[in-house]
Amino acid sequence: MRFLAGCILHGNSNMAIHCSRTCLQYLIHLAHDNVDFRLPEIRSLLSLRGKSFDPCENFKEKSPFWRLNGLSEEDVNSIMARTVCAKSAFELWGHGRTHSELRTSLLKYPTENMSPFLQKDSTYKINVYTFNKTLEFEDRIKKIDAMEYLSFEGRVNLKNPKHIFCLLEDYGTDPNNIPDEPLYIYFGRWIADGQRELIRSHSVKNRHFIGNTSMDAGLSFIMANHARVKAHDLVYDPFVGTGSLLVACSHFGAYVCGTDIDYNTIHGIGKASRKNQKWRGPDENIRANLRQYGSEKLYVDVLVSDASKPIWRDGMLFDAIITDPPYGIRESTRRTGSQKDSVKPPEDYVGDSHVPVSMAYHLSDIFTDLLNFSAHHLVIGGRLVYWLPIYRPEYCEEMVPLNACLRLVSNCEQTLSSHTSRRLITMEKIKEPEPLGHQAARYGAHLSPSLRAPVHRQTHLDSITSLITFPIYVTPFGSFPRCYCFCS
Amino acid sequence: MKLLTHNMLTSHVKGVTKGYPLLIKATEVKVSEVEFNPNFVSRMIPKLEWSALVQAADGLGHLQDLPAELVTDYEKNEEFLRKVHRVLLEVEVLEGCLQCPESGREFPISRGVPNMLLNEDEA
Repeated sequence: MRFLAGCILHGNSNMAIHCSRTCLQYLIHLAHDNVDFRLPEIRSLLSLRGKSFDPCENFKEKSPFWRLNGLSEEDVNSIMARTVCAKSAFELWGHGRTHSELRTSLLKYPTENMSPFLQKDSTYKINVYTFNKTLEFEDRIKKIDAMEYLSFEGRVNLKNPKHIFCLLEDYGTDPNNIPDEPLYIYFGRWIADGQRELIRSHSVKNRHFIGNTSMDAGLSFIMANHARVKAHDLVYDPFVGTGSLLVACSHFGAYVCGTDIDYNTIHGIGKASRKNQKWRGPDENIRANLRQYGSEKLYVDVLVSDASKPIWRDGMLFDAIITDPPYGIRESTRRTGSQKDSVKPPEDYVGDSHVPVSMAYHLSDIFTDLLNFSAHHLVIGGRLVYWLPIYRPEYCEEMVPLNACLRLVSNCEQTLSSHTSRRLITMEKIKEPEPLGHQAARYGAHLSPSLRAPVHRQTHLDSITSLITFPIYVTPFGSFPRCYCFCS
Repeated sequence: MKLLTHNMLTSHVKGVTKGYPLLIKATEVKVSEVEFNPNFVSRMIPKLEWSALVQAADGLGHLQDLPAELVTDYEKNEEFLRKVHRVLLEVEVLEGCLQCPESGREFPISRGVPNMLLNEDEA
């Protein structure tokens, strides 16, 4: 139980009797997709404001409604300006399991907190939102009329009201078993909407330059949020491909750079990934993608380079490293070096592909190198966000790579098939690596004994290579996998 | 390739210990206008090797009045920040190469993109 200066907290409902603005609760209404990614996203955005995630009692992570304490309206506006997981946020005035409880709760809410928004000379409207149920128009009107116990003094204006209020009803999460009455009801003043529109406006379908593995827009923005990318940052993607992640980071004001081993992708030449298009056009490259969204000024550079052989000097520090390393399936996993299993670059590309003899880059090495690189080239507090391919029947937490300089922040699964998934791993740099010669910080020291032998890890990750096709690809008709969505 | 990037790159040819800074041999350089952001420039300055930046800009003939020594209290000095901004983000090498100062190995730059890949015997 927390005591805030100047507040008395009411026992059950957690609503304050005497309240300053900081005791307000905010209701976040979340979209019902990428469910596992939502909490880390909101937490990351809160931490950008120096705030922690403080939910009310009975918090259920899978619910589309979260009630949060300890925030200001500015905090909520900042989060909503970035989130693609949350649809809207409200200043919560009342809640309950029935309309009767809601009414009691609303009548307890301090009138001095309500009155600024109920003034005679202002305009308002009330929306009714029902999760997991469709309501007829007349029923919506009835519910709005039932709120007449609140003293709305202003005029209703449906087109352009000064204040918007919302009655939200939760009918549960089972679309096959929708109750007659809501399980829970909320009422609040609308503060802001989230950025879900970015999913449509930045859709890969409409992007100038795409590849087979371009990251879908929603996930790119989620990754940028998990990484706490902010304006004036310098962000790096070591497996940049077509730059989808850089597009998302630049949207939040970060300067971006990337490298990729594939000369053709970096230069935007060769075969197109779009159906009905044979070759890439002249405006298809990463810089053009940023230009498409007005972020060209944030483009620093892209280079052709092998991520296993870093080209950055010591002391060069990025604010964030965000990447989708190759899984070995869709685009070939390559690195330079002399070994058998060399993959000859295709010869029918326009222009020389400039890739010297390649070797199979063992998946486990990719992550070792990536974490080690991040430990050396991130600022303290900077984040690494990357996808880890997983063979589900064998997965255990110990398989997530560790590094002494990086703290694991979150691990979110996106299921791809019954046997495969990928996990979005977020890590934060907590200390500098020790100078060469000290072995303590070396990767491997912190793996559990059973996993320290490279053979085991290679077997797990390489088994993915042979077993699966990741069903994630971009077509002009949309990207997969689709997530089931309950609400309208 | 912008000079901000050049300032961060090092040669990674096997056996080389003094691979920084890479020498720039440019055959085509472009200067374009990029929106000035004093916050970003201020944040980048502590990350830079100042003498390498000056040397690179000078080598391209774009030093202008960038000082040889880093100015103190640069955060509030808009005039200085603008000079740094121009050199970091507005000067681009479109064609040419980067040369390892120790081994002489050249990394080509084409269409503004450096190719840092090594051959198998150099890696």
